[in-house]
Amino acid sequence: MGSYVPSTAGQRAEMLQAVGINTIEDLYAAVPQEMRIDAQPAQAGMSELEVADTLGRMAGKNRVFSSIFRGAGAYNHYIPSIVRRITSKEEFVTAYTPYQAEISQGILQSIFEYQSMICALTGMDVSNASVYDGATAAAEAAAMCRDRKRSRILISAAAHPMVRQTIQTYAWGANAEVAEIPVKDGRTDLEALKGMLQNTDAGVYLQQPNYFGVIEDAAAIAQAAHDAGAKLILGINPMAAALLQTPKEVGADIAVGEGQPLGMPLSFGGPYLGFMATSGALERKLPGRIVGETTDDRGNRCYVLTLQAREQHIRREKASSNICSNQALCAMTAAVYLAAMGPEGMKQAASQCYSKAHYLADALSRIPGFALTNSSPFFHEFVMTTPIDADLLLSKLEEAGILGGLPVEGGILWCATERNSKADIDQLIETVKEAVGA
Amino acid sequence: MKLIFERSVAGRSCALLPECDVPQAALPQELARTQSLDLPELSEIDLSRHYTELCKQVHGVNDGFYPLGSCTMKYNPAVNEETCSLPGFTGIHPLQPVHTAQGCMEVLHTAEDLLCQVTGMDVMTFQPAAGAHGEYTGVLLIKAYHQSRGDTARNQIIVPDSAHGTNPATAAMAGFKVVNVPSGADGCVDLEALRKAVGPNTAGLMLTNPNTVGIFDKNILEITDIIHKAGGLNYYDGANLNAIMGTVRPGDMGFDVIHLNLHKTFATPHGGGGPGAGGVGCKEILKPFLPQNHVIKTENGFTFENAPQSIGSMKAFYGNFGVVVRALTYLLNLGMAGLREASQMAVLNANYMRVKLAPHCKIATDGICMHEFVMSLKDLLKETGVSAKDVAKAMLDYGMHPPTMYFPLIVEEALMIEPTETESKETLDEACNAIIEILAQAKQDPERVKATPHSTPIGRPDEVTAARNPRLRYQ
Repeated sequence: MGSYVPSTAGQRAEMLQAVGINTIEDLYAAVPQEMRIDAQPAQAGMSELEVADTLGRMAGKNRVFSSIFRGAGAYNHYIPSIVRRITSKEEFVTAYTPYQAEISQGILQSIFEYQSMICALTGMDVSNASVYDGATAAAEAAAMCRDRKRSRILISAAAHPMVRQTIQTYAWGANAEVAEIPVKDGRTDLEALKGMLQNTDAGVYLQQPNYFGVIEDAAAIAQAAHDAGAKLILGINPMAAALLQTPKEVGADIAVGEGQPLGMPLSFGGPYLGFMATSGALERKLPGRIVGETTDDRGNRCYVLTLQAREQHIRREKASSNICSNQALCAMTAAVYLAAMGPEGMKQAASQCYSKAHYLADALSRIPGFALTNSSPFFHEFVMTTPIDADLLLSKLEEAGILGGLPVEGGILWCATERNSKADIDQLIETVKEAVGA
Repeated sequence: MKLIFERSVAGRSCALLPECDVPQAALPQELARTQSLDLPELSEIDLSRHYTELCKQVHGVNDGFYPLGSCTMKYNPAVNEETCSLPGFTGIHPLQPVHTAQGCMEVLHTAEDLLCQVTGMDVMTFQPAAGAHGEYTGVLLIKAYHQSRGDTARNQIIVPDSAHGTNPATAAMAGFKVVNVPSGADGCVDLEALRKAVGPNTAGLMLTNPNTVGIFDKNILEITDIIHKAGGLNYYDGANLNAIMGTVRPGDMGFDVIHLNLHKTFATPHGGGGPGAGGVGCKEILKPFLPQNHVIKTENGFTFENAPQSIGSMKAFYGNFGVVVRALTYLLNLGMAGLREASQMAVLNANYMRVKLAPHCKIATDGICMHEFVMSLKDLLKETGVSAKDVAKAMLDYGMHPPTMYFPLIVEEALMIEPTETESKETLDEACNAIIEILAQAKQDPERVKATPHSTPIGRPDEVTAARNPRLRYQ
């Protein structure tokens, strides 16, 4: 029923005549008859009203939690109104990759600004225009580290399980090896890493803060990797990055991460944003689009897609990656978010995440049976034991309209952000107490 | 135009967050960053005006004709933007218990069902985030299939020289050797060359049909049969699916695995270069290898299933879910009848432009094309010195986005035009008249065409300097 075809029946007849055919089916004369299905009846669609209602009913079958204490790779942060207002401008939404620079300066400049902000956040020298998500950013970074002599990637077992799996899938594709660095006391085991490193290792992947929320000694891991001639890929949380030592400061060669905390809704896992930044030395190994500054033939400053000799449309099977479409509108979302927050707003939000997570951890640990599983410093997530079955506890919280932490080995992985008010946290604590009979 | 950093004034900000209502905890000093955080400082009005100025220097589908070949720049319906923004979708955490996310899972399952009907595939995953990511997923499925059978000598993927650059790049990323086979002038596969290329090392073929010159390869059943008989599998690049929906299905052409570009064929917006979504469909034989977290329907509702010999995760979570919501809205809205009409009209629009332009320039192929066609300006370049790029730049002054330039590689001075079904006859007439006028002008006054564009915010950029002396960030 729905149709976005503007041509009238009369116009269609005129066009058919101009083409020199009688019916629209004649256009498909080259398609072997035995394969054709266009004589079969086809189901009609719905009106816009019906389809809007249908999707509304599907959305209604989901439960939207107003109080969320779950992170584990997707974080519930406040999204300033200006972010959606700007990123829903239809020029930005309906354009494609800015191949024609003369009519794409808005997109190109916004990407250049995004690249600059990612450099500011990570302390690194150069950023690309984005990749699909944090997990594929990690996998692409692993490929950047490989050369003829070095191909194995060592992955911290304290990294997000889906990130680890994605690096593994890509490595299997490239016929390259991966190995897992064990965890000790909630942190990547430095001594074990030193024992594992070989002169054929290309890189080490470390997540900061790690999957369990713990702040790693990234500088020591970087040193160990470098001593063995391998590179360090640091997967960071961009919110934590406002406060923590930067990838540059700890000696990372490539910084990657999941950009979802920068203004993207949870949206059942996507679309999110993979960001990648590196030192100048690895600039030409970066995958995907990169925007650079230049001048036009009138002498004006302007922006273009550049260093394209790395890319699939030029190098084909020798390209650094096959990526073309990335997450451009999500990259713009991150840039608008970072600009709206500004340096002070970012530090304020990050500091509130830190303070609220510590307030939550403190309050939970006063309940018998709840204790941190290690004593390492953490940012806005932490693993705590639970005196009753985790699923049972979480279902009690769910009844009270609270999405609790994620069950993991050894307990529950809790998260708090600036979205969790003191009242919400206190309410959670009361509900937990009731559930465990404390 | 100023960079956002050049609008920054120290001390300005948007007031967004409340005071912290719990005791302040301080990060240990030795863990804190010492590098300054050099983000711009702006009030909300500065920010708003900055991006409003930027958006005036962008040409989207809503600004005018956008016949960018191979990219299917069709209109993006407004209702799709409403449905994907429903709080019942945007507020759902990907790791919520599945019984609290049944609506999201119904979206994925329903979209899978409908797209399997469109393509003739048995099962589909939405984990891939874009077309190239879908290609990678699909070729890894082929790799896993051969490995599972101990058929490890199959280390070659055949790619025609008319293929998109992503095809060979994908095959290489998946650890395969790329075997290029030549195409005829019409972009169709050279059957003799294909027969010579296949053998015990053949893992598969990557092909798009209609091909990149806009022709439906009528030998398709023979092509896919040659690969199957050699022990390989057939991969369908869905970039050109917009030509054939409701008329013929890749699954009936002998393809075993396919990727879709939901942001092309299924009307989700391109966002200046993403996010897209790249559903990958396959036949039963490849189902055991699907990526993790495939949604299935059970008696107790929807749940996730991990395939027994899964290739693993292609990314975190389940794909660009918000894009799938838009595509499902489109699928339900059009129905199979509307999809057939969309494809038929995409093909009619292309052919209408082709016959109007044919008297004025060389078209790479004779006769009926599918949803796109390729102009070759080789003769014009020789006669006048005006290149395909010059003609494309001249189109900018007519308020239209130029066609895809210099692709496919087998056509010299190529301009590839894909009007899509959502353009009216009036728009097509205007565009044809503009192109005819530019071609005439190229012969009369070539220097004038080479000096275009004049009406755009900037003139032609110096791309050579940009690559030689890269300035990739504000400093």
